[in-house]
Amino acid sequence: MRWLLRKDLLILRRSRLLVALLIVYPVAIALLIGFAISRSPSRPHVAIVDETPPGASVKVGSQRVAVGQYAQQLFSQVQSVRVATRSQAIAKVKSGEVIAAVVIPQNIAARLSSVTEQAQLEVLYNGDALEQSLVQSSLDSAIAQANLGFSEQIQQAAAKAIAALLDGGNSGILGAPEDLIGLNQISPTLKRIVAHQPRGHERSELERIEAFAGFAAENLTASKQVLSTISQPIKARSSLLKGRRTPLNTFAVVVAVSVSLMFVCVLLAAGGVALEREERALGRLVRGLVSREALLVEKGLLAAGCSFVVALAMLAGVGAFVSLDWGRSGLWLVALAFGSIAFGALGVAIGALAREVRAASLLAFLLSLPLAFLALVPSGSVSSGFYDAIRTVSFVFPFKAALQALDAAVNGASPSIGGSLAHLAGLTLLFGALARAGLRRAD
Amino acid sequence: MSAVLSVHSLAKSFGELEALRDVSFDLQAGETVAVVGPNGAGKTTLLSIIAGLQPPSAGSVSRSAREVGWAPQQPALYSKLSVAENLELFARLEKLADPARAVREMLEQTGLGERADEPVGRLSGGNRQRVNVALGLIADPPVLALDEPSASLDPAQRERLWAFIAGLTAAGTAVVFSTHHVGEAQRHADRLLVLDDGRLLFDGSPAQLKGASGVQEGDLEDALVRFLEQAATAAGAAG
Repeated sequence: MRWLLRKDLLILRRSRLLVALLIVYPVAIALLIGFAISRSPSRPHVAIVDETPPGASVKVGSQRVAVGQYAQQLFSQVQSVRVATRSQAIAKVKSGEVIAAVVIPQNIAARLSSVTEQAQLEVLYNGDALEQSLVQSSLDSAIAQANLGFSEQIQQAAAKAIAALLDGGNSGILGAPEDLIGLNQISPTLKRIVAHQPRGHERSELERIEAFAGFAAENLTASKQVLSTISQPIKARSSLLKGRRTPLNTFAVVVAVSVSLMFVCVLLAAGGVALEREERALGRLVRGLVSREALLVEKGLLAAGCSFVVALAMLAGVGAFVSLDWGRSGLWLVALAFGSIAFGALGVAIGALAREVRAASLLAFLLSLPLAFLALVPSGSVSSGFYDAIRTVSFVFPFKAALQALDAAVNGASPSIGGSLAHLAGLTLLFGALARAGLRRAD
Repeated sequence: MSAVLSVHSLAKSFGELEALRDVSFDLQAGETVAVVGPNGAGKTTLLSIIAGLQPPSAGSVSRSAREVGWAPQQPALYSKLSVAENLELFARLEKLADPARAVREMLEQTGLGERADEPVGRLSGGNRQRVNVALGLIADPPVLALDEPSASLDPAQRERLWAFIAGLTAAGTAVVFSTHHVGEAQRHADRLLVLDDGRLLFDGSPAQLKGASGVQEGDLEDALVRFLEQAATAAGAAG
């Protein structure tokens, strides 16, 4: 096997273009995938027309909330492009400079102040179905965030007004009477006055007023709490059931490395086995010089070794930019070793079945690319039947198991590394047996 | 004289198809035997079983695969490796005691010493075939099996190849080869094996084939055609 390995390394060394392609292409694909996953969508460019008059405000009891604050909330949620008029906004949407325009109408303050009518924004956009879907979801989220922020402003103003009603004092509002008595003080004050009143009709009337003042103060205190509840009626509290949280950027590193590992290993192993047939040397080799099993093991291990080095270098290289736990590097090696050997087995199976280098490379490529994408489809994003099919496909090929093993090794994510390694070992045996069957005929 | 190779009652089936039926013959040291017959007669199947590429369904071959040198019709070489590297690789895989010496000897025998460091992919068809045969001979086997060795060669390359093979047989190597060129068999073979439909119909010298076919004046190709026609007629009458 040593001489076969030496021969293959010699051939690889003389196929510089192939080696360069084998390394550059998967690394480029891996980095693209990693980049796409790790980058959250950038905030959309949206033109905003604020038609409200300067200083327009919504009156909340004795308090006022400037409508301009709503526009501020909205601006912070998008890459805002301020325009003066609706027609300018439409022009920007049509030219594609912005993906949408939001018009805050002149009457928004009046509508917000009235209890009967709901305030409305005008949203303008165009584009194809995909773009429309993106715009709608982005804007819905931005508007929801702005609404939440603005409702908090109103809630704070209402709470201030209620506090002034309860506690009295100086409200600070221009024209309002100074040193007002608060509802909280009315009941004890009246109690003191009533105590000095003779029994009779007037005293009993004062007692009723004192009782009402006490009741009103108590309920207004409760309404402050109610206000804070309705501003955000349901709040989500998330808990991770298994493993630990995997930051998106380190998961992207794991995906990128796994994709590279798979491409380099599968293509190299498949090409290596198919080359023996294409050069017609297989028949000469298996006539008692090398067993078919030894030949497959040699090709698989060579591909696994090369891809292991590429993947490890990539992991270490990316680790310079993304914070990785180097204390777990022993586990990285184990996960990469199991993953590369399983990919090597898949590669030799493809090479044994395809018989020609071009066919083997094409088959390896056509198989690897969808496997990588299928393994990244999250549960719940597709119908349950389709997801079951995806899960089955992912289970019988090594990419998902290798990804999970590496994710567990690098990020400590669940499921545990042991299960994934056992899965990879099983798949290695399965594809090894398939490769052996494919190599049954030597001609 | 004892045979260096004995093929006994060899049969090979692929499902329903019987590619070889009860084929037996011996090969003597230094003898050159040509296997001839129409397409699909079983020539390549016979040689590939002798070379150990596939097992027979029944019967036996007296030598193991490693004792038979093998040169397939299309050269089985690594085109990115040089002539010397190809030879050295197989010398190492054969676990020869002195691989470097075996490489030197083969380069000398094939006359490719000056092109030893040239990648095989850059050689002409004739030279590639010489390296192909040399790889079959690297372990100095007593028997060399060649599947249509001159099929892709021009006349000059063919002559050089046959001169090379003549040198081997002169040194005692037994050579069995398949061919479609009956004239080539007439010139270079001591014996002919005529196969048709998996059966060995004739085993003898070219002159004996002429005698058996009744074609004394024409060339061997006429004799072979007549012989096969007679065999088909006889089989039809028997059936």
